[in-house]
Parts: sequence; structure tokens; C-alpha cells
Amino acid sequence: MFRLEKRPMPSRVWIVATPVIAVILTMIAGGIMFAILGQDPVEAIRIIFLDPLFDERFASFSRPQLLVKAGPLILIAIGLALGFRAGIWNIGAEGQYIIGAICGAAFGLAFYPSENPLIFPGMVLAGLFGGWAWAMIPAVLRTRFRTNEILVSLLLVYVAEAILASAATGFLRNPDGRGFPGSRNLSQHPGTDNLELVAGTGMHWGVVAAFIAVIFSYVLLNRHLMGYQIKLAGQAPRAAKFAGVNPTRLIVLCLGVSGALAGMAGLFEVAGPAGQISIDFNVGYGFTAIIVAFLGRLHPVGILLAGLLMALTYIGGELAQLMLGIPASAIQAFQGMLLFFLLALDVLSNYRVRIGREVAA
Amino acid sequence: MTAPLLEIAGLTKAYPGVVANDTVSFAIRPGEVHALLGENGAGKSTLVKMIYGLVRPDAGSMTLEGAPFTPAEPRAARAAGVAMVFQHFSLFEALNVAENVALGMEDPPRPRDLAQQIREVSETYGLPLDPDRLVGDLSAGERQRVEIIRCLLQDPKLLIMDEPTSVLTPQEVEILFHTLRKLSAEGTAILYISHKLEEIRALCDAATILRLGKVVAECTPREVSAAHMAELMVGKSLAAPARAATPPGAVLLKVTGLSLEPATPFGTPLRHIGMELRAGEILGIGGVAGNGQDELLAALSGEARTTPGTIALEGAQIGALGPNERRRLGLLCAPEERLGHAAAPDMSLTENALLTARLRQGLDRHGFLNWNGAQAYAEQVIAKFDVRTPGAHVAARALSGGNLQKFVIGREIMQAPRVLVVNQPTWGVDASAAADIRQALLDLAQNGAAVICISQDLDELLEISDRFCALNEGRLSAPRPARGLSMEEIGLMLGGAHDMHEADGEVPHVPA
Repeated sequence: MFRLEKRPMPSRVWIVATPVIAVILTMIAGGIMFAILGQDPVEAIRIIFLDPLFDERFASFSRPQLLVKAGPLILIAIGLALGFRAGIWNIGAEGQYIIGAICGAAFGLAFYPSENPLIFPGMVLAGLFGGWAWAMIPAVLRTRFRTNEILVSLLLVYVAEAILASAATGFLRNPDGRGFPGSRNLSQHPGTDNLELVAGTGMHWGVVAAFIAVIFSYVLLNRHLMGYQIKLAGQAPRAAKFAGVNPTRLIVLCLGVSGALAGMAGLFEVAGPAGQISIDFNVGYGFTAIIVAFLGRLHPVGILLAGLLMALTYIGGELAQLMLGIPASAIQAFQGMLLFFLLALDVLSNYRVRIGREVAA
Repeated sequence: MTAPLLEIAGLTKAYPGVVANDTVSFAIRPGEVHALLGENGAGKSTLVKMIYGLVRPDAGSMTLEGAPFTPAEPRAARAAGVAMVFQHFSLFEALNVAENVALGMEDPPRPRDLAQQIREVSETYGLPLDPDRLVGDLSAGERQRVEIIRCLLQDPKLLIMDEPTSVLTPQEVEILFHTLRKLSAEGTAILYISHKLEEIRALCDAATILRLGKVVAECTPREVSAAHMAELMVGKSLAAPARAATPPGAVLLKVTGLSLEPATPFGTPLRHIGMELRAGEILGIGGVAGNGQDELLAALSGEARTTPGTIALEGAQIGALGPNERRRLGLLCAPEERLGHAAAPDMSLTENALLTARLRQGLDRHGFLNWNGAQAYAEQVIAKFDVRTPGAHVAARALSGGNLQKFVIGREIMQAPRVLVVNQPTWGVDASAAADIRQALLDLAQNGAAVICISQDLDELLEISDRFCALNEGRLSAPRPARGLSMEEIGLMLGGAHDMHEADGEVPHVPA
């Protein structure tokens, strides 16, 4: 019989080792799944993890995609991680991402066809505000009426999707688009475009913002009182209250920051890689970022690495679909395995496994 | 001399890094009340867990009624006639007494028969208890009776009781002792674990004293002094906290008409609490747990805000201020629950130093934390209060209860408070550490601060307090000088606890 024994201190070795082991176990379990689907598992894993970066045929296209996809994931996950650390569960980043994109795009389109260089910064601020405002709905409902922010933020995603559909087919629709749904293309219009800053790298302003967010979040969590209070509130709510942490302020702050970052990510996406507001421009970054946040142990540097890894599985997954005809749902299951193994192994950083049956004194 | 009921020979149990029991031997005769004495960590719990089949010994043997006794699990121990009442009850609040008792039995009789049996046992042993009442409505003393009756229904030969009086009022203790003496007279042996020496002297026929896992002495408690037993327990003589009489100074804290609804449905409302605390004095507040101690501390610490005009610190109204603003003014607190309230379990001692000391020790600048300063402060507390830990980087949960308590109390005292409020400052702390903490509180008062000590340990309160009040169902009694107060008088002040008198062969009957 196996038995779990709580460690007196969390093990530093395991905190670092579990993500690595989780990735390896995912490869093994995923390989078995691919084998059952009739594919060569080694080849499938190679296509997912290595070919996007190193295969000459794909790398010129895939390598920039790494940053393009990792950027929004990291930006959103950094915001979510602050809340998760404090025990505030914003599950609706996808909604804040959509509303941020709509607000930012609407700001840019309002000045069309102006090419004023101040328009793009204005769009960023509008996106930030949109995401923040959308996140304030669960924040206010929670602090005023004690509703559950998990449910409210999640359900608001579906409201946001309905607003997106209405924007794409209605108030933001391209007047010159011959009736097709979707807004004007923001990325092809100077002044509203989120440029690729260094050609061939995928680096755009959203990626820059993500890196800045990583650094800010690192400083906040390790050096600043606010970060200390966030961690304290998550670990020991009663001690936090004793230390004078105001729970209402913390909820408003954490939901606000995560909403604002998600909104910004939405704007960067819609003005860059996606190019326009369309019914389905959002591809679930807001949800995937939850996985990224946990995969990165809610630690800024961990999230940076996890975002890159997750982006890799996205790109590699698409490649595997293309090359081997693996169904998209199998790729999603593969990504799900990653989170599953990570959470399952998480236990090891706080507990050690003992063999044999005995009750400790 | 009768043959021993339970004989323990050379029992040894080692855990990684510590030998919890080292060749422990002693014997209990039928009908004997045998005390097991020792500080925290002396190995009392491990020893009784081995007897009760929860832990398997590494070496040594046990003999019950002449036959080898090796219980593999508690069920086997119970079948052999060993029953145990734990310090922490395992009862379901939403079930009634009879249902709770049935849950602990191997094959419970029909509910009606069981209720009848419970009535009979409670009548026989003078433990008033109605089988139909919900456990959630019972006091701590009554809950303990449920556990005791559950054991008695098994007709045990040996009853183990782990710190049974820690939750009881003096009157309830009397009732319990009466029951235990009756059991003993009928031939049931009782293994009684406690560190309250006077109780042991009043109740027990023999005592085995453990220190660091070894039997260091055996004695007959009635024939030796409590001080002598304490010395055997600790291994050195304990200095009683010393203090010089100081005339009380100006009023530092004044509470008038403080009423507070509890934050949770299971809390206790505070009702019209009033008190005056002067510089240089220690006010002891006694009472059984759950009578508003946590709520009173929250109201004083600022975790709960109160109506204006109810709490004044040196003349300034502070009822509307939060914990940090009160700290700035010099009102500091140390709550009862060390892990999770006074300290964050998974954070290091450095991080925990920051928890309350940030403002008064200037450990941040514009919100940016001075980790070096926090570590230095944590190390000062560790050094000054003799906190046994490898260093300030260790997580709070890795410390033993007593060491963490020293850290928590030290963290507040070293901030030089004007008023310090402590709740259960020595709960679960070993005797020498408890003496250190009490001395530190006395020194603090000596230097002109005022201290409120909320505690369930009446001996402790009588030892250090200048004045004594009782907290009962959210009401605070008028203070009385602690000197010369007898246990009986205190018992009456604590009063109001559920049915104080023994049932005179009669169980309170509630119509179904």
C-alpha cells in the first residue's frame, strides 16, 4: 500500500521536477493514444515537439508562430496567476479577451481612415479598459452580493461571445465588406495595425507586453507588499485578515488586473495575427491560459516557459493534424493530459510517498 | 497486591530522527488510576497509540491479563477491553447522541435499546446526557460525556483518557472525577494522560513520568508535591514566574458596551462587554472555549469592526480602525490558532515576521519590502525567545506548536506594544516554554504595557493576572482581584455552563 506523508517543507526539487516529469508522462500516454489511433507514436511526438522548431520545411513558418501564440497565453496567464495565488478564480479570461478586442477595435475603427500614430496606443488602452470592465462584473457581484466569481466569470464568456457575434455582423461590420460578417481589417491599415516588430520572429507589441508583464509580476510577487498580501490571502485567508489585508480590495485588484491583461491580449490579437473582428477570431486563449498558469506553477518565469511549451503543442498539434491526419480532438486530449499529469504530480512537492501501512504518531 | 491488568515491557518505537519511546516499561493494576505524565513530545501519545493499536511498536511486549497483547488495529484493542477517549472528539454535530454512539460500535443494538442503554450508563455513572439531543447543541463537557459513554458501553477493562479536562470547567471536572473514581472502584483501570499536576494528585493512584521517550520516574502522586513532579517531568527545577508589585498606571484600553454579532453562524455574539485596562496590569479572561474568546480577540485586533464609541485606546476611539491602524497605535494581538491565523503555515518565519511587524519595525518602503530587515527581525525573535528552528527560512508549519507559539508571542512582544492581547498563549506548549512565555508577559506589564490574557488554563491566569474576569456566552463578568480567588469562586464566575450539577440518579428527561 502507498501512503502519502506531508513534508514539513515543500520540496524545491519536486517543484522544479514535476513539470518536466509531467511533460515526459504526457509524451508516453499521448504516444500510446496515437498508437491506438494507428499512428507511429515516436513520429507523432517528434512532429509535435521538434518539427515546428527544427524541420526545414516548417520552421520558417512555425518558429514565428511560437511567439505569436505564446504572447497572449503568457499575458493572460500572468494576470490569472495573481488571482489564483490569492484564491480568486477568474475562469472567464476568454470573455475579457473578447470584450477587450471589441473595445480596442471599436476605438480604432471610430477614427477610420485616420492614420494618426496615437490611435494604436489608444486602442491598447481601450482594450485594457474593456477587459477590466468585463472583469469588474464578477468582482462587484462577489464583493457586494457574495456570488461565486467562478460561475459569473465563466458565464460571462458566453455573453461576450454573443456580443462578439453581434459586433461582427452588426455594429462593427465592414461597410465595404459586401455584407460578409467581420470588421475592417485592422492589421492591414496603418495606424491600427499591431506590427511584427522584427521580421521573421513573430515579435509584436503583445509579446513585448507579455514580457513586461512577466517582469512586473515577478517584482510584485517577490518584492512588493501587494504580492505578499496576494500570496498570504491565498494560503491563509484568516492570517491575511489578521495582517490587515482588505479582501474586497484584493478581489477588485486581482480580477481587475487579470481582466485588463486579457483585454489587452485580445486587442493585440485582433489588431495583429487575427487581423479583424470576426465571429470566431477568438481561439480559446483565455481558457488555455488557465492551463498555462498552472503548468507554470503560478510563477512568472514558469508561466513564460509554460506559455512557450503550450504554444509549441498548438503549432505541433496543427502540424500533426496536417501531416498525419490526427483528429483535432486527439490533440486537445493530448493537451489535457499535460494538465492532468501536472496536477496529479503536484502532490509530490508537498507530500512524499511511503510504502507500507502505518499511522504516524 | 493484585496481578497487573496491563504490563508493558521494553516498548520501543522510533521514527526517523527521533526515538519516541525508548524501552518503556510499567504496569497497571485493575481498578488503578494511573497517570502518564510528560511534556509535549515526551512520547505519551505514541505510547498510548501503541496500547490502542494505532501504532505498532518496534520492540518490546505488552501483556493484558497475563496473555500477550499485540493489537494490530484499534478494533482489536477494543475487543480486548481497551477503550480510549481522545482529546479531540470525533462526533458528528448533525446527529444526535445515540446515533453518534452507534456509529462507534461494532454491531450497534436497535436504536431504542441503545437509547435505553445510554440512559442507564449515564445514570449509573452520574453523567447527565440525553440520547436524543443533537451533538451540535452540546457543550464541550457534554460532548466528552458522549465519548466516555461510547467507551463505557463496551464495558472496558482499561480506559485511556487523553487530556480530558482541558475543555472542562472546574465543576465539570469534578463530575468527571466522580465518574472516574466510580469506574475505578468497580475495577476498571484508567490510564490518565495530563500535564495538570494538581488534578493528578487529586485523582491518580500511581504516576509514570516520561521524558524524551524514557521512563524517568514513577511515583505516588498523593505523596509528592506538584513541584516535585514538574521537576521530574522537565528535568530541571522550574522558576515560578516572578513579578514585583507595581501600582496600576493610567487607563490604556477602555471597552464600553461592546456588542458584536458573530461573523459565522456558529460564532458566539459578544454582549455588552465592558472593561478597563491600566498600564502595568495583566487582565486574565477565563472561560470555556466557544464562549466568545475568538470574537473578543477579533473585536480588539480590528479583524471585526465595532460600533463607534465602544473601544478606546489611550483616549482615542479605535472601533472603526483596521488591524494595521491599531498596530500603529500600539495595540497588538496574538490569536489562539497559530497555524492559519497568527501565522501562515507554508510561509517562512521571515515572511511570517512581516505578517504583523511590518509597520512598527519599518519593514517596507513605499510598499517595497525589506526582506533583509524582515529576516533580521525574525532572527532576533528566534534568538530572544529561544525558538528551536534551523533558521528563519523554515516554513512555520515545520515548527513544533510550542516553538511556533514562542515565535508568535515574541514577534508581538518585541514590537513594544502599549496593549497586548493574547489568546491561549501557552496552549499545547511544554512546561518550560510556557513558563518563559508567562515570564515574558509579566516583564512586558512590568515595563508599563497592559496585557489581556485570554485563556482556558485557570492556573495560568491565577499565576500571572492582577485581575480576573470570566467570559461566558459572550458576556464578560465584572473583574475581581486574582489574588486569593479560589477555584470554587472562579467556577461560579464561569457559571452558566450547561448543567453543572451531577444528575442525582436522574437524567433530565426531554419529551420526545
